[in-house]
Amino acid sequence: MSGSSRIETIVTQHRPILALDIRGLTKCFDRPAVVGLDLEVRPGEFYTLLGPNGAGKTTTLRMVAGLLRPDAGSISIFGIDALADQVAAKQVVALLSDEPMIYDKLTPFEYLEFIAGLWGIDATVAESRARELIDWLGLGPHAHERCQGFSKGMRQKVALAGALVHDPRLIILDEPLTGLDAASARIVKDVLKDRVRGGSTIIMTTHILEVAERMADRIGIIAQGRLIAEGTLDELGRHAGARAPGQAGTSLEDTFLALLAAEAVAA
Amino acid sequence: MSAPGTLAWFARHELRLTWRDWLAMMTAGKPRRRRAVAIALVGFAGVLHLVAYAMVARYAGVGTDPGKMTLLVITGSAVLSWLLMLSQAMESVTRAFYARSDLDLILASPISARKVFSVRIAAIAASVVAMAVLLAAPFINVLAVLGGAHWLGAYGVVIAMGAAAAALAVALTVALFRLIGPRRTRLIAQIVAAVIGAGFVIGLQAAAILSYGTMSRLAFLQSDAVVAGAPGVDNLVWWPARAILGDAVALAAVAGASVALLGGAIMVFSPRFGDHAIAAAGVAPAAARQRRRGGFRRASSAQALRRKEWALLRRDPWLMSQTLMQILYLLPPALLLWLSFERGTGALIVVVPVLVMAAGQLAGGLAWLAVSGEDAPDLVAAAPVPSRLVMRAKIQAVLGCIALVFAPFVVALALASPAHALVATIGIAISAGSASRIQLWFRAQASRSQFRRRHTSSRIATFAEAFSSIAWAATAGLASAGSVVALITAAAALMIMLGVRLLSPAGAAP
Repeated sequence: MSGSSRIETIVTQHRPILALDIRGLTKCFDRPAVVGLDLEVRPGEFYTLLGPNGAGKTTTLRMVAGLLRPDAGSISIFGIDALADQVAAKQVVALLSDEPMIYDKLTPFEYLEFIAGLWGIDATVAESRARELIDWLGLGPHAHERCQGFSKGMRQKVALAGALVHDPRLIILDEPLTGLDAASARIVKDVLKDRVRGGSTIIMTTHILEVAERMADRIGIIAQGRLIAEGTLDELGRHAGARAPGQAGTSLEDTFLALLAAEAVAA
Repeated sequence: MSAPGTLAWFARHELRLTWRDWLAMMTAGKPRRRRAVAIALVGFAGVLHLVAYAMVARYAGVGTDPGKMTLLVITGSAVLSWLLMLSQAMESVTRAFYARSDLDLILASPISARKVFSVRIAAIAASVVAMAVLLAAPFINVLAVLGGAHWLGAYGVVIAMGAAAAALAVALTVALFRLIGPRRTRLIAQIVAAVIGAGFVIGLQAAAILSYGTMSRLAFLQSDAVVAGAPGVDNLVWWPARAILGDAVALAAVAGASVALLGGAIMVFSPRFGDHAIAAAGVAPAAARQRRRGGFRRASSAQALRRKEWALLRRDPWLMSQTLMQILYLLPPALLLWLSFERGTGALIVVVPVLVMAAGQLAGGLAWLAVSGEDAPDLVAAAPVPSRLVMRAKIQAVLGCIALVFAPFVVALALASPAHALVATIGIAISAGSASRIQLWFRAQASRSQFRRRHTSSRIATFAEAFSSIAWAATAGLASAGSVVALITAAAALMIMLGVRLLSPAGAAP
């Protein structure tokens, strides 16, 4: 073994396991949706993915959740090769989208029981978690009512409880706050913050920049299927200042729009 | 070009929407299929004419002065068709009340709701008439070609029947709205529609079985007792039948009465239609509380999936009514089964294929609900469960339902004849398994609410499901009669399954 390759091996061995490690991810439909995307999310991090409509955010998250097969690239979740061992990877992942994935004819309690069964969680443990989540999300009075008459906010809370009942290590949220009223959005945000404090990792897409600004540890900006910038709010501001002098302001909105404009000019 | 806001303008708007909806349904939303659909329709029309020739050619010689028995058979067939039209019209009217689509837009506009709903009621009548004419045309054409132009009067009667059915459907649905309110009308109206559609057929079959030990409706209508009890040939009751045979006076009377009925329905009900539609829009699903039981039950992934499927089926009365309506058609064979205990086992040969056919059809519908009609596909796909296990659990849920529905029939059959019961059990299992397998091969994600229109997602799957059920039913029937021809029909059924597999997206994939 040569000296350089030994060093590379040692570095690899000591590299901390990432919560999410995406390399060269590519997916084409009629046109390229995600193009050679590299992305790293550390354990316990709240990572927000921003981008205009059609940028490839949802496609990326669906590939991570195992709902889409990439054309090329690799996805590693806590060291598990998500493409080679989908079942093991899915065991530690939860997905919550803007359209709550619930059943109208099941009650929240039954829904959580169903998810516990799907994820193979011990019934006693799952029930205790479910009761805790139901109380926390204010669903107690409706726990045994069918979901068919629930408002958007309540449905999203049920779906969130479903995403959390199997205690996932990586939580994927695709526009989780869309259409929620202020009170429901506050509850969801509080639950997510608590999960991060408890050691879970969150990757979230949103169009509400204020949420990203206030909650994310790091922000990635994606456009035309590529990651065009990444970092903390300050790092992004500096990056935008360098790429689009005079356009970048102080807010994330200014930074975001400046970076997109610079990318459009470059393209 | 008609001026905006006029009746003609709305009629044009409705016509355009209906045409595009029909086209999308026929082509499954793929415009490139139009030519293929046109060719298939022409071929289908040809086949229907052949079927019609086989069925009615021998009656073409009936003149314009028929006997009571002929009038009875024609009237019975017309009533049967009219009830089916009424059933279809009731479904259309219910949909017009509850499907929001453009209703909010129209009701929010400053145009008179009366005009809009006049056109909508007329459009419902037109769609019922169009469907009836399309189905009746091969029979009328064959009779006219073989028996003379006087048979063309039947077209007028079919149109009149469609108009009358639409008028009565509107009146019945509005009456239901007033009696039981908008919350319950949707479900009840659809159940009433289905019962009306199936009731007359089942009633006639039941009467035929009780009288003659056969499921033939014609045998009952032509029986001496029924003919003797029917009104005289000059009675007004026979006017529709006379109109079908080309009696101009009767035709004018029938057409006039139906136009008056439809016109009256439009005038009386169109002003209230808007109010009812608004009431239907305001219906929120009632908070249905489930009986609180103990804590979470221990379950494997497969058990969790099966329980979920059964709970969803059990709790959706509309889907249940749509699916289990097929079971209504099992009532005549059940009656035949019951009579066989007294009259020997000869009639059981008829029961076996009916059970096998019904099992295939029911399994197809349930499998569509479980496989394609999954409400949270992403949730299930994101679960750490291999997709093969998910599908297996869903199919097990379907077959469990089939076992539950058909077990009483098989047990009754076993008491009468264990051999027939064995053949029926094997046939039911294979037929249900084949129909489920076809749904798996052709699965395409859809909302459960599209259950009624599931056939549009794949014509091949629809026909394959029907043909495989028919082939397995024939096999079971022949096997229960001890005929070796069963081997040929079984081979045909297997060939159908093989062909379908090759044509399916799953089979075509590299």
